[in-house]
Amino acid sequence: MQKKISSNPFRGTPEQEAKLKEIIAANKHDKSRLMGVMQEAQGVYGYLPIEVQNMIAEGMEVPLEKVFGVATFYAQFSLSPKGDCNISVCLGTACYVKGSGDIYDELQAELGIGGDECTPDGKFSLTACRCIGACGLAPVLTVNEEVYGRLTKDDVPTILAKYGK
Amino acid sequence: MDMINCKVNGIAVSVPKGSTILEAARAAGVEIPTLCYMKDINAIGACRICVVEATGARGLATACVYPVAEGMEIKTNTEKVQQARKTTLELILSTHDKKCLSCPRSTNCELQKLCNDYGVTGTEFEGFKPEFAIDDSAPHLVRDNNKCILCRRCVAVCREQFVGILGANDRGIDTHIGQAFKLNLNDTPCISCGQCTVVCPTGALTEKDDTAQVWAAINDPSKHVVMMTAPAVRAALGEEFGGEIGKNVEGKMVAAIRRLGADKVFDIDFGADVTIVEEATELLGRINNKGVLPMITSCSPGWVRFIEQYYPDQLAHLSSCKSPMQMSGAIIKTYYAEKMGLDAKDIVVVGVMPCTAKKYEIKRADEDAAGVPDVDVSITTRELARMIKRQGLNFNALPDEEFDSPLGEDTGAAVIFGTTGGVMEAALRTANDWLTGKDNTEIEFQAVRGAASIKEATVEINGMPIKVAVASGAKAANEIMKKIASGEADWTFVEIMGCPGGCVTGGGQPIHPQYVRDTVDIHALRSKALYDADEAAVLRKSHQSPVVKELYENYYKGEYGCHKAHHDLHTTYVPGKKF
Repeated sequence: MQKKISSNPFRGTPEQEAKLKEIIAANKHDKSRLMGVMQEAQGVYGYLPIEVQNMIAEGMEVPLEKVFGVATFYAQFSLSPKGDCNISVCLGTACYVKGSGDIYDELQAELGIGGDECTPDGKFSLTACRCIGACGLAPVLTVNEEVYGRLTKDDVPTILAKYGK
Repeated sequence: MDMINCKVNGIAVSVPKGSTILEAARAAGVEIPTLCYMKDINAIGACRICVVEATGARGLATACVYPVAEGMEIKTNTEKVQQARKTTLELILSTHDKKCLSCPRSTNCELQKLCNDYGVTGTEFEGFKPEFAIDDSAPHLVRDNNKCILCRRCVAVCREQFVGILGANDRGIDTHIGQAFKLNLNDTPCISCGQCTVVCPTGALTEKDDTAQVWAAINDPSKHVVMMTAPAVRAALGEEFGGEIGKNVEGKMVAAIRRLGADKVFDIDFGADVTIVEEATELLGRINNKGVLPMITSCSPGWVRFIEQYYPDQLAHLSSCKSPMQMSGAIIKTYYAEKMGLDAKDIVVVGVMPCTAKKYEIKRADEDAAGVPDVDVSITTRELARMIKRQGLNFNALPDEEFDSPLGEDTGAAVIFGTTGGVMEAALRTANDWLTGKDNTEIEFQAVRGAASIKEATVEINGMPIKVAVASGAKAANEIMKKIASGEADWTFVEIMGCPGGCVTGGGQPIHPQYVRDTVDIHALRSKALYDADEAAVLRKSHQSPVVKELYENYYKGEYGCHKAHHDLHTTYVPGKKF
């Protein structure tokens, strides 16, 4: 599947920009460090929107398309912001046979967003992940660092309500 | 140099250490098919068409990247190799739209040729087939990913041109060529050079076909259609009809255009001559009045688009002269219209160019001397060939004919505009005569000739040393601009062309398969046609052109660069940005 590009507005801060400029300055002598710079940039912003990729391209003196090509090749890079609450649903084998697919669908319906997307208010984002090593609790999802197990899709509204939905 | 001895299909050959199997095979006179490889630009072993059997290799070896070893025996066309290539072609076809009948590259498609050669008529691999929207947002080209085979030649050439707006995005079956953040091509800093259309092996990247507009104008009795050709077109058009590379077909080209139904066939060379007198006047003015130097030529719209987007704070270096095509259009819609008693609105000016960026140039602001666009349609050499074929003309059997007057006369200086260094040489010839007050006979400035991407020279004019530079290709342009922007450049005059080699190898010129581009110096052959024409010309300096004399004596009624000439023949530039 092609990577989704978020239409959420960019909410970068001057502090984040200063941090990114530091990262670029420390690496710009060596173009082969592009990926490392992108990883650190994602650490700062949580994702790599066009504004951030453009700063990286200008700073590292490579075409924007090259940055974008790397960003869309590797699964670790995201083009969507993470919400205040990032919900990650395990679609690993054990969770999946226990019905995590239904939970994932239910979350999309409840939040009105697809996978790898963020709600317009920036509150919730949704991703799918593979096995997180908690198969005994299958099906399992995490909200930020919080783990929820042995779920059915009926549990979804309760969990969301807990986070202010 | 360490040499390696190997055998290709039994032919013994000795090649420098580090050579690839493909290079060894070419040295032995054996051609191996390729799809992604481009000599010096792209050797990535991606398409797997060039596989061969080689002793010591595990499985089949990819000839374009696999180095030869001492004693290696290479077999390039065994049953096993042929089967592998056939399977690869079928896999490529599994995601290809196979709409050859309506494809502009049909009969000149490297994929189609290979499929014919290997007897591949379809694909056994029916499965996931992505469908892509066609990107025709830009005025100069159309990108159809449904025909793309992911060879990445366009990516390589676009990066070689410095701009790098094309790349491979996403991965696996989703991999596709595109622009960052799925922006439309027109929303990227593409410079419209069209080099990607020349290297694309299929019809995934093609010039935007504007021939329908030309036919419509020809078929409209209320329109006076003027078609005019750039110098480089005559050096390449014959190739579309099986002619040898770099044969000057000026006479047949004129005859063909006349038979398409154009009311007049003019030579943009007259506009090039006017460009030179205006540009040389501007240059001397800048030198005398301590204006911004170096002054840089503005004939190439790919280059103009480059500087506007990549160096928006350096636009004062650009000559304000319109390009020869735009000057020609401006003169046709003002001077010629008046002379012929025509309304400029009823004249349709068609530029026939070696260039895709001209399609963008005609839409620029401040290119409308008579209040209407100076040039209405710009078609490439390839589109002209398409029109000639549709008209059913037997091009090679046409007689040689001459351009129409009054705007068909030119000088040798104008003809060489079509290759890198030509504008510089033409300008130097004129400046030299003006400053010495003589009709100099030493007029060939060899130091600015040749295909090198950057040429620097100090030429002496009337005892005054003038430092000049000539660059072709946007990568070289970027090198020049870095020096100018940092203030370390000490040139007085710089010529820059957007395409490597200049217009003769422009993005709108006839397309040859990659193995021809790898092994034949197309630039040298086409350039020679222009230098030969210059040498054979009676008049070889722009200021001696009868058209130039007539214009300034009777129409502008003044000096070069006078107010009226400035209004009609000069333009302004707009700072742009990349994204």
